[in-house]
Amino acid sequence: MLMKLTGGRIYDPAHGVDGEVRDLFVRDGRIVAPPAPDARIDQEYDLRGRVVMAGAIDLHTHIGGGKLNIARAMLPEDHRGDPVSRTTLTRASAGRAAPGTLATGYRYAEMGYTACFEPAVLPINARQAHLEMGDTPMVDKGGYVMLGSDDFLLRLMASRAEQSLVNDYVAWTLAATRCIGIKVVNPGGISAFKFNQRMLDLDEPHPHYGVTPRDILRVLSRAVHELGVPHPLHVHSSNLGVPGNADSTLGTIRASEGLPIHLTHIQFHSYGTEGDRKFSSAAARIAEAINATPNATCDVGQILFGQTVTASGDSMAQHRNSAHASPKKYVVMDIECDAGCGVLPFNYRDQNFVNALQWAIGLEIFLLVRDPWRVFLTTDHPNGAPFTTYPHLIRLLMDRTFRNERLGLINADAQGLTTLASLEREYSLYEIAILTRAAPARILGIPEMGHLAPGALADITVYGDHADRERMFTAPEYVFKDGELIVQNGRVVRVTWGRYHMVQPAFDAGIERRLAEHFERYHTVRAGHLRISDDEMRAFGHGADLVTHPCRR
Amino acid sequence: MSVAPASTDVADVSCPFCGLVCDDLAVRVAGDSITVRANGCQLAAAAFSRPAGNPSARVGGQPATMPQAAAAAAKLLQGARQPLIAGLGTDVAGARAAARLADRCGAILDHMNSAATLRNLLVLQDGGWITTTLSEIRNRCDLLIAAGGDIVGRFPRFFERAIANRETLFGGDRQCEVVFLGRGPAQPLALPGPVRVFPCDVARLGEAFGLLRAILAGRPLQATEAAGAPLGAWRELAERMRNARYGVVAWAAADFDFPHAELTIQALCELIKDLNRDGRFCGMPLGGSEGDLTADSVQLWQTGFAARTSFGQGRPDHDPYQYSTARMLQDGGADALVWISSFSETRGPPATTVPTVVLGRDGMAFEREPEVFVPVGTPGVDHAGTLFRADRVVALPLQRLRRSTLPSVADAIAAIEAAL
Repeated sequence: MLMKLTGGRIYDPAHGVDGEVRDLFVRDGRIVAPPAPDARIDQEYDLRGRVVMAGAIDLHTHIGGGKLNIARAMLPEDHRGDPVSRTTLTRASAGRAAPGTLATGYRYAEMGYTACFEPAVLPINARQAHLEMGDTPMVDKGGYVMLGSDDFLLRLMASRAEQSLVNDYVAWTLAATRCIGIKVVNPGGISAFKFNQRMLDLDEPHPHYGVTPRDILRVLSRAVHELGVPHPLHVHSSNLGVPGNADSTLGTIRASEGLPIHLTHIQFHSYGTEGDRKFSSAAARIAEAINATPNATCDVGQILFGQTVTASGDSMAQHRNSAHASPKKYVVMDIECDAGCGVLPFNYRDQNFVNALQWAIGLEIFLLVRDPWRVFLTTDHPNGAPFTTYPHLIRLLMDRTFRNERLGLINADAQGLTTLASLEREYSLYEIAILTRAAPARILGIPEMGHLAPGALADITVYGDHADRERMFTAPEYVFKDGELIVQNGRVVRVTWGRYHMVQPAFDAGIERRLAEHFERYHTVRAGHLRISDDEMRAFGHGADLVTHPCRR
Repeated sequence: MSVAPASTDVADVSCPFCGLVCDDLAVRVAGDSITVRANGCQLAAAAFSRPAGNPSARVGGQPATMPQAAAAAAKLLQGARQPLIAGLGTDVAGARAAARLADRCGAILDHMNSAATLRNLLVLQDGGWITTTLSEIRNRCDLLIAAGGDIVGRFPRFFERAIANRETLFGGDRQCEVVFLGRGPAQPLALPGPVRVFPCDVARLGEAFGLLRAILAGRPLQATEAAGAPLGAWRELAERMRNARYGVVAWAAADFDFPHAELTIQALCELIKDLNRDGRFCGMPLGGSEGDLTADSVQLWQTGFAARTSFGQGRPDHDPYQYSTARMLQDGGADALVWISSFSETRGPPATTVPTVVLGRDGMAFEREPEVFVPVGTPGVDHAGTLFRADRVVALPLQRLRRSTLPSVADAIAAIEAAL
């Protein structure tokens, strides 16, 4: 069946297409080259006057895994406040800050997103992460698996093991847990907290293993690079939320010694200590460092005002901040000699000096990082704000008048400490398409996503060209997934289940023997049971396809 | 002369019969007969060795085919104004199917263990907690307090797997101290470190936890005793807890069987938070039997709410007080019951005259024959599956050990849905 999408204005930055009016052709779930003029068109959509982009990709969103389920258990009030009634097509679900997976999938698709990536999969919890992602309808998905506070790695490093052994362990972990990238959270710090340490600086030795966060970053970024995993090491730096943490962030940017490195929710890591309140913006320094370091990328982790929940692998930081939970409840966990987590509900208030400045800092970063291919649009859902706020964020980036109006409403002292009013830049539609489609696909190493040239998955989002960009991005007119219409006028019209994306670098089988021994001696689970089979993945994902992307070596 | 059936030895078998989901069992399978050879406890040995039956489904007490039973169950559900899907003793696939069915029929979902699991859930909803998992305990714990019960009765290999080991990641001579707060085990435990019982009234542990918090905070005290034990004994315990390198309080919510027990558990969790101001101390809530954590986890992630949630209005409505199985059956709230119990043939439906469909482990006996009975396979024995462990983080794969014609809970529900 051949489908024609006629006359839309195409934004395809992967191929330099900036608003040209072109027709698109779709067959068998893929975009195809324009056929012969006499080809029979089975279905046609008139897209004149509409803005057309590839389906959006969220490369850092907490949609699946134990800590999010803890957040759901903690927040019945979030669900009661936002119920999702069943329809003939869709099931009942609920929630805004910690939505059920069903609501999550429906809402992402209704906003024009066709792929989402869970950034913090614990190896021991990978089954749950894939179950939850599997129960997230509509979107393609994948996960980044967490290493860096697991005792196995820290022991290897403390014993000065060869890099090749670390590489085998990293490759085994990716293959077993069916993930597409490697994440590190507060390197060594989650482990240090189990030893009653409350902070761990970039060059501070771990209390037991003696290795530093910088050592861990170097070793893991080397492993990711030498294995040829397309996605760079995805780094949640040390000292999240600590005033003055810009220094460790600058050090972290250099810690991979020239190898690719991605710094996530960098807003939370861009604080100085100037001013009476000893809390200030270091966004300019951070943006300058990103600009000057071509091997570094970042996503912002913008905060937006309102009630949300922070669900993070960083148990050390979450425990440190537990007094600020709002409402006053929280969970912190030490997990299986593997990692940890912390869940704190949080209410960002525009009249709170710190929150207001955090808001401004995120926007400063967006506007000061020059290369739109190296800065990604995220709120670290739900940590900065629920993902349903993305359209509002896009308007803040595209509409300087609106942005300055909102700036005028926040805490006055915070206004005095930000340069935001003087930043004139407005993002164009082309640049938004880079931030939300072309660049995420490229940095994940998924060549069939994020663009609209022949060969691409026919994941296509069609927006009305409204001057109010928030309205425009809230409810696309059409969303196609694999060439099927799934959303119309911001409402689900067909339920589908997306595919899982992963990588499987090769490793020496010797690591399996070492892991089997280690787990038998020290753990309460057999190492082999961390491995998730194809059959399991397909069952988790309602028959989902499993796509393994090639590593570059 | 008959020949013994060929037998196979299977290693690293996951056991679904308590919340520990031990995954290191060695079993021998000979035809339909399964024997645990190593690393099983008495619960596992008995549960795995139950002979397979292949009784047929029954409708109105008479043998019926699976399609007939499914059609009868569908008819029963279609005739109901407020169905209740309860028991929920099943694995992930079964829990997903039950949730889908509840959404379709506007049913209430409740788990047979919810009276106990709610004691923990209410604490999560109100204050939260600081907890740990089994491998952390195995390697770090130097003081283990078992609160409210002996733990071994419900989780027989807990001490063997998490406390009895001397060798840890950090050294070779760990001797974890164990204190039973309330009552101790019937058989004394042989463990490397000291084991003692601190007798006290479990139903009054709430005041004891409050007293411990006050002692640790250095507040002036008027109480001379709490929960039947003298102040001096609590002072000693407080000091020991403060000096622990990595202390753990483990509890089974099912042992806290008195009114408002969630307040006691909350007092314990607030005490643990206090201890983390200066040191490291964690809780270890133990549950997961009959798939209770599995059902709760699946429902939470799909719909935002765990057990005791109604879909009767087309959206999730969670009310832990109203939507209990007992209340719904007593007060005429529910007019149809689907009871699911695939692990234990002894956990059958509650006594009721409400029309009932049972998806139960074969061998289940009934005081009153249900309108429809579908014998189902046991996850981890008759079919593969996934089950969550007590610490809520680890989900283990369950294997199929023998050939069985019994449908899984997920299969049975799919057949019922197809007939709707």
